[in-house]
Amino acid sequence: MSEESEESVPLLPLQQESMASALFNTDQNDNSERRRHDNSERRRNDNAESETNGQPQSNVQQVVEQDEEEDEELTLKYGAKHVIMLFVPVTLCMVVVVATIKSVSFYTRKDGQLIYTPFTEETETVGQRALNSILNAAIMISVIIVMTILLVVLYKYRCYKVIHGWLIISSLLLLFFFSFIYLGEVFKTYNVAMDYITVALMIWNFGVVGMICIHWKGPLRLQQAYLIMISALMALVFIKYLPEWTAWLILAVISVYDLIAVLCPKGPLRMLVETAQERNETLFPALIYSSTMIWLVNMAEEDPEAQRKSKNSTYDKKAPANRTQNEDADADDGGFSQEWQQQRDNRIGPIESTPESRAAVQALPSNSQTSEDPEERGVKLGLGDFIFYSVLVGKASATASGDWNTTLACFVAILIVCCSAFSPQEMNSLLVFASSSSLSAKVESSSD
Amino acid sequence: MTLAVFFGCTFIAFGPAFSLFIFTIARDPLRIIILIAGAFFWLVSLLLSSLIWFIAVKASNPQDEQLQKGLLIFGVMFSVLLQEAFRFLYYKLLRKAIEGLVALSEDGCSPISIQQMAYVAGVGFGLMSGAFSMINLLADSLGPGTVGIHGDSQLYFLTSAFMTMVLIFLHTFWGILFFHGCEHRRWWEIAAVVIMHLTVSGLSFCNPLYVGSLVPSYLLMVGAAAWAYLLSGGSAQNLRRFLLCLRSGASPQPGS
Repeated sequence: MSEESEESVPLLPLQQESMASALFNTDQNDNSERRRHDNSERRRNDNAESETNGQPQSNVQQVVEQDEEEDEELTLKYGAKHVIMLFVPVTLCMVVVVATIKSVSFYTRKDGQLIYTPFTEETETVGQRALNSILNAAIMISVIIVMTILLVVLYKYRCYKVIHGWLIISSLLLLFFFSFIYLGEVFKTYNVAMDYITVALMIWNFGVVGMICIHWKGPLRLQQAYLIMISALMALVFIKYLPEWTAWLILAVISVYDLIAVLCPKGPLRMLVETAQERNETLFPALIYSSTMIWLVNMAEEDPEAQRKSKNSTYDKKAPANRTQNEDADADDGGFSQEWQQQRDNRIGPIESTPESRAAVQALPSNSQTSEDPEERGVKLGLGDFIFYSVLVGKASATASGDWNTTLACFVAILIVCCSAFSPQEMNSLLVFASSSSLSAKVESSSD
Repeated sequence: MTLAVFFGCTFIAFGPAFSLFIFTIARDPLRIIILIAGAFFWLVSLLLSSLIWFIAVKASNPQDEQLQKGLLIFGVMFSVLLQEAFRFLYYKLLRKAIEGLVALSEDGCSPISIQQMAYVAGVGFGLMSGAFSMINLLADSLGPGTVGIHGDSQLYFLTSAFMTMVLIFLHTFWGILFFHGCEHRRWWEIAAVVIMHLTVSGLSFCNPLYVGSLVPSYLLMVGAAAWAYLLSGGSAQNLRRFLLCLRSGASPQPGS
């Protein structure tokens, strides 16, 4: 089935992002001073690339120092807040998966296996079953490793178009095809009469808005909702097509592989993140769940170069730049519509929005890409982690013969893992004395 | 059974606990983390005690009724002791956490006090214990069936919901009492908590004579509530002021 080969496509980038975020968190346990220095360097680099429109160096220095003091006060409170910001999407994803598993029988029915797991588990002896599941897990893991290395190689050699195309294809698949199947099965479960025209309209709208939100710009909540939905869809596919022992084995081996790939100096994911940091680029924004909007959506920016940079650093810069230049040439009202301007004038008095005034506003440190207020710095979690947790909880609830206690227990265990993995400083402060500088470095790094 | 039974039992069992959660815990992320960690500690204690019980059951003769009943009683008592042991472990962990929080804070005092942590830990234990008791029941109540059609009590769902509610409250108050006892080295308070817990769990063997298990549990809850209130700095005077809505300082709240 063509979908099976495509299924590997979304799998790898999603794994990368879990590692990327894990790496961000482990990194700050290393030399935190170096990280802080890197971040302030990055701010100065950003200035050079006119992201903050030629902000003078001294401002950055003051901002960094003030930042450190504020950080020490606010880190603990916002460390806990960030953990809660992660609880909510992870919980939502798990709730969607468990609700679907418990109600829609399609996802617990055995309809064959993926081509990555060719060995069946319907064997006569337990030993044979164990052997088959080990072989399945081995094949799956090697596929994952190969894809990871391929992705890292592509990224290193700046084949951005290939990666871009890969991501677009996988999101298209998830948003259109998998959600179509999901919708169909939900209708079958609840015996809802439906015609193809309505379904086509619904799926078309859902998919197109999803592509726009995820790959371009959109309201933050909508983007988060879409990322949660595609993670849930992906997790449901895994729960359906992976046989039981294989699934548990893969989950276990993937955790081990994650640790190795992220912590080893030659690990592919570590190399990926380091390359991204060297190049001052954000890592695949379409595949990381972020709790805040890092880029300004309606920024009135004269320089198309900077506007592209702040959002799609890995994407092709030429075509969008031409478009933006045309827009700016047509109506230099800073992108504000007439009605909006009138409303604003009514509320706060007339303001002339000229390129100079806009440049002056952008020169202020507060609305730069890396916000100084720690409250606005969000946390980022790779979608691979969402999928991993949801597969865990979903498999537990599917196989536990309808017992809700198992599902609840898995859910609480995963929340605790979230707690400890994504705010190591929080747990460290609970167990040992943690240095506040490492916490602020983590908060800073999570804003990149 | 009907949706009415489902919603009724859910709100009876979890209504007060969720109100406590929403009004006192949901705002502060640190408290939410302590809640979840408390729930996790209770979960681990249950896992260990159920493992012991499971091994004991598998190793014994399944035909012997008396033995199985005896093993069940043993399992319950062992589980109670293990839960209290894990409450003590959680107390130790939170003590260390307070020291860490104090070291990290600017002004040398922790953003959350040990009494607040005791309350939140109690709610965490209680919510998890209640959830484990009720969730399968609630899921079954959504399906078809008649309660007690084979001659058992028809009030099973309702009494389970009431028992869950009282147990959640009891865990909250026991948390406060236990931590206070540990803080001030009053071992008799800790012993009182353990004995109360054993009593309430032992009384559940009176079921289906529900008056034998529910009424004493509620009486014990009232007693524990009053004790916890007094230990948290409340007094008859505070209560009078609160009830008469007199404004002379902070109104009494549990564990703050």
